[in-house]
Amino acid sequence: MLAKRIIPCLDVKAGRVVKGVNFVSLRDAGDPVEIARRYDEQGADEITFLDITASSDDRDIILHIVEAVASEVFIPLTVGGGVRKVEDVRRLLNAGADKVGMNTAAVQNPQLVADAAAKVGSQCIVVAIDAKQTSPGKWEVFTHGGRNNMHIDAIDWARQVAALGAGEILLTSMDRDGTKNGFDLGLTRAVADAVAIPVIASGGVGNLQHLADGVTQGRADAVLAASIFHYGEYTVRQAKEFMRAQGIEVRL
Amino acid sequence: MKTVAIVDYGMGNLRSVAKAIEHVAPDHQVIVTADPAVLAAAGRIIVPGQGAMPDCMRELKACGLAEAVVTAAATKPFLGICIGLQMLFEHSDEGAVAGLGIFPGQVRRFPSDAMHDAAGVPLKVPHMGWNEVWQAAAHPLWKGIADGERFYFVHSYYVEPATPDLIAGSTLYGPAFTSAVARANIFAVQFHPEKSAAVGLRLLDNFMHWQP
Repeated sequence: MLAKRIIPCLDVKAGRVVKGVNFVSLRDAGDPVEIARRYDEQGADEITFLDITASSDDRDIILHIVEAVASEVFIPLTVGGGVRKVEDVRRLLNAGADKVGMNTAAVQNPQLVADAAAKVGSQCIVVAIDAKQTSPGKWEVFTHGGRNNMHIDAIDWARQVAALGAGEILLTSMDRDGTKNGFDLGLTRAVADAVAIPVIASGGVGNLQHLADGVTQGRADAVLAASIFHYGEYTVRQAKEFMRAQGIEVRL
Repeated sequence: MKTVAIVDYGMGNLRSVAKAIEHVAPDHQVIVTADPAVLAAAGRIIVPGQGAMPDCMRELKACGLAEAVVTAAATKPFLGICIGLQMLFEHSDEGAVAGLGIFPGQVRRFPSDAMHDAAGVPLKVPHMGWNEVWQAAAHPLWKGIADGERFYFVHSYYVEPATPDLIAGSTLYGPAFTSAVARANIFAVQFHPEKSAAVGLRLLDNFMHWQP
C-alpha cells in the first residue's frame, strides 16, 4: 500500500539554507545541494524548499539551486515562496522542481490556482495554507507568516483550492509552528477529512511521536518537519522506523 | 557516441528525466528533442509526460511527433513514463482525444468515492507518493530490483490493458492497477523512475543496457 511520506523542509535565503542545519561532518551547513543529498541518503520521501529571499533581485537564485539539486538528488522536490504568477510556476518546474507551492498569492487571487493547474497539471500545484485557531473548532487563514488574518475559514479554503485544481495541501498551524508541541491534530484532521487530495501536516513537530500522531490522529498523508531533522536530533530513517513500529506504512 | 532521445512535446518535467539518464548513462548522449529526424536516428527513446493524457496527445500531434513515436515504439528500446505510458493505449476517460493505440486497452480514473484503506478511511486522489510495485514476471528492466519495491507515483488515471499478458507490474491502491507494461522492445511505467531514488535509477540503468 501507499506509504505515508516524511518531508524535511529547508528554508533557503539567497541560495543558502538558513536556520542552521547541523549534521555531523557536513562540510557546508548552508549548501542546499549537500543537505538535500544527505536527506535523500536518510530516506526522505521528498524535500521541500521554502524560498524566504526578501529581495526581488535575488529571486532567481532559487532557480539555480533547484537546478543543482535536481541534477544530483532523484526524489521529488517541492519549491515554494514568492510564487506570484503562472510564469513563476513554469520557471521553477523547468529548473527541476516537481511541485510548486503557493500561499499568499493564491489567497489574494484564487484564479492563480486554477490557471496554474490548467497550465502544468494539478499534480504540480501545492497550496500552502497557514491557519490559526480563532475559536474552538474554527481556524482561519493567515498570510505573511501569521500576521495577517484573511478572515477566511481554513476548512472552506481547503475545499475551495481542491476544487480549483490544487493537487495537494501543505497545512501549517501557525499556533504550533516553532513550538515543538506537536501538530494541531484537530485542524489537520478537519482538513484531511474535508478534501479528497493529499494533505501534508506541518508546524510544531518536537519528537517522533508527533509525526506518528499527525498520520494516525490527524489523518495526514505526509508529515513535514524542519528542526528535529536539521539539528540532528533524529534522522529521517529513525522517524520511519518509529512510525513503522506503530503500524504506519513507510518506505524503508 | 550512443544516443538516447527524450521526446519533448512541451508537456512535463523533461529535465528530471534527462538528469537521471545522464547520471546512470554517462556514456550516452542525452538529447531532448522535438525533431522526428532525431528520434529516428536515436538508439533509444524515452517518452515522459505529465498532466492530462488528452492534452499530451494533442501536443504530441501538434508537434508532428505522433508518427515518429509510433515508429520508434516498433523498432527500438522504448521507455514510457507516466502519461508516456497512458498514451500507448487506445482511449482515456480523461477526454475525447484518442491515444496512440499501440496497446489495446483504456485509461481509467481512480473511483475516488469507492476507495478506502483497510481502516475504512477514504483514499486520496491523486495517488501521490511511494507505493509497491509487484512484478508480474522476470524482465531485464526489473533486474536487481526486489519484488514489491517502492517507486514514486503521482497520478489520477491508470491503464487497463485489454490483454493481461501486457502487464509487467501492478500496484495496490484500492484495487490493484497496472503500474508497468511490457511487450517486445517497449517497457512503460506509471511511476516516475527519475524521482524514485536509487531503485528508480536502477530501472533507468537497466533500460539503458537493455538489448531487446
